[in-house]
Amino acid sequence: MFEVALSSLWSRRGSVMLTVASLTISMVIVIGVEHIRAQAKSSFVRTISDVDLLVGARTSQINLLLYSVFRIGNATNNIRWESYEEIATRPEVSWSIPLSLGDSHQGYRVLGTNSQYFEHFRYSDSQELRFSEGRPFSDVLHAVLGSEVANSLGYELGKEIVLSHGIGNTSFVNHENLPFTVSGILAPTGTPVDRTIHVSLQGIEAIHLGWQNGAQVATLGIEKEDPRLVDLQPTQITAVLLGLETPMAVFGLQRAINNYPREPLTAILPAVALGELWQIIGTLEGLLNIISILVLIASLLGLSTMLLSSLRERSRELALYRAIGARPLFILLIIELEALSLTLISVCMSYFVVTAGLALTQSWLSENFAIVIEVWPTTSNIWLYMGGAIAASAALSLIPAGIAYSRSLGYVLRSA
Amino acid sequence: MSIISIENMRYTWPKTDSPGLDISGLSVGQGETVFLRGASGSGKSTLLGLFAGTLTVQSGTLKVLGTELASLSPRERDSFRANHIGIVFQQFNLIPFLTVAGNLRLAGSFSRGSRQDFREKSEVLLQALNLDLGLLQRRADTLSVGQQQRVAIARALINDPELLLADEPTSALDADTRDSFMRLLMSIRDVSDCTMIFASHDRSLMKYFDTEIELSEFNRAQKGKASRV
Repeated sequence: MFEVALSSLWSRRGSVMLTVASLTISMVIVIGVEHIRAQAKSSFVRTISDVDLLVGARTSQINLLLYSVFRIGNATNNIRWESYEEIATRPEVSWSIPLSLGDSHQGYRVLGTNSQYFEHFRYSDSQELRFSEGRPFSDVLHAVLGSEVANSLGYELGKEIVLSHGIGNTSFVNHENLPFTVSGILAPTGTPVDRTIHVSLQGIEAIHLGWQNGAQVATLGIEKEDPRLVDLQPTQITAVLLGLETPMAVFGLQRAINNYPREPLTAILPAVALGELWQIIGTLEGLLNIISILVLIASLLGLSTMLLSSLRERSRELALYRAIGARPLFILLIIELEALSLTLISVCMSYFVVTAGLALTQSWLSENFAIVIEVWPTTSNIWLYMGGAIAASAALSLIPAGIAYSRSLGYVLRSA
Repeated sequence: MSIISIENMRYTWPKTDSPGLDISGLSVGQGETVFLRGASGSGKSTLLGLFAGTLTVQSGTLKVLGTELASLSPRERDSFRANHIGIVFQQFNLIPFLTVAGNLRLAGSFSRGSRQDFREKSEVLLQALNLDLGLLQRRADTLSVGQQQRVAIARALINDPELLLADEPTSALDADTRDSFMRLLMSIRDVSDCTMIFASHDRSLMKYFDTEIELSEFNRAQKGKASRV
């Protein structure tokens, strides 16, 4: 029976191959969209972990999340250093990481922070940051590169880099008087950390020493040997990541910070904000899924159409099966088997097309979009879609199979 | 034992009123070779369809191998056909995209015969039909018409049927191949000793057969129509 179905398909390989191509393409869309969606989501959700509260100047929680965690957009306002110190020393706070943003290098954001960052920052499932080379900054003018920064710019330990003011790709205002030395390079994380250059808060203060109101006042600029570098005190930062002694304290502290009397602050729960942000993206994702499923249904209908139109030219063949003793059920099963083998071939092909495509574009995706994608799609949704496609093809090809079945009931002993 | 026996059988085509076949009595004995003659459209194929069980009579009795076909379920009729009846058509006897071996295997797969001696049996049949064994691996549609008709005989006989039905099997052949086809058919039938009903309009083939049935003489439906004209 398999022999019959497969030879029959092979004898009509022209239209069969077109059908397989159309089915494969639509399955590639279905699997690809689902896989990239799932990967983007997990890549998205794992950008930050184990942080109880994220504090910034008063703004919406999504905006705060975007600029402080994803390094997208700009902070509307800063936090005064005194406020940070006051919050950080509260009894319920276990650790705190100050974040200072606003400068860049070759389009990569520069993050001013302190040693707490390398100790307490977690991503994915509580993964720690690891150094692939070097160590954290120990000097005011040391810099630690994210893996992607080091890779794409080709920087190594000891390289001197000049930071630019502002966050444009081609900033005209450079902090040329104070170059930084690369002291460490982080292992890849698949998060925005990979695209970040980390320096100390003092370093950020230092390069802005000679600046007033965002413009360089030449005479005030300082040089590397300037004694003022030694005991620099930050005056303001952009955001703070807080880890608490006990998770129970989260809501109390959040309320306290939101009602902070000396300046308007916002404290958010990163997981909640991530969820809210993903919901916005999720609408689009649902739409994409619906479109890909419609495309799949269209090509499954195409498969049925192909089988249906082949029935006319096959009427003698089908009558002959009956004449030599085949039951009408045999006719039904032959058509179903043909449909199923085509779908199965297409599903397998599309899976490998997606895998091969991702293998080829993986590095490009991670470099340009910071989406770290696993090559092999394995989420349960994908198996569900693949199984669904096969089931749907079995159901839809019941149309031609059923027609063939009912016709074959009435076949006379005639082959012509 | 008679292989086929008919008593007051009527068959009416769906969506028509007057019966297409109306035969009061007909009997074919074991091992007989019958030449069923009739003009085209006279109901030969319909009668063969009734013998093979793809059609069923509306009234009267038609027994094939002692079995009342109308009393069987459709499924039993299909299996009865696969196990007891071989059929050769005018043309399109083989599934074109299968090999000769594949066609024979397919026919064998519908019967409950054993698979073991299958290969040997197909080779014996092909040899008896003057066919090269190399043809087994060839696709059926690459064979000449004459070869295809001979493979059709092998296909029809592969399950050792008691009854062989042939429906104008020679009409697609030219005069020379027709004679050699007929000789091969008759000799292989002699060996297998099945009963054969051979429908044709070609009187020149009558010499090969024991018995002749002129359908229009048996079919009362047809007679009535003729007298009315």
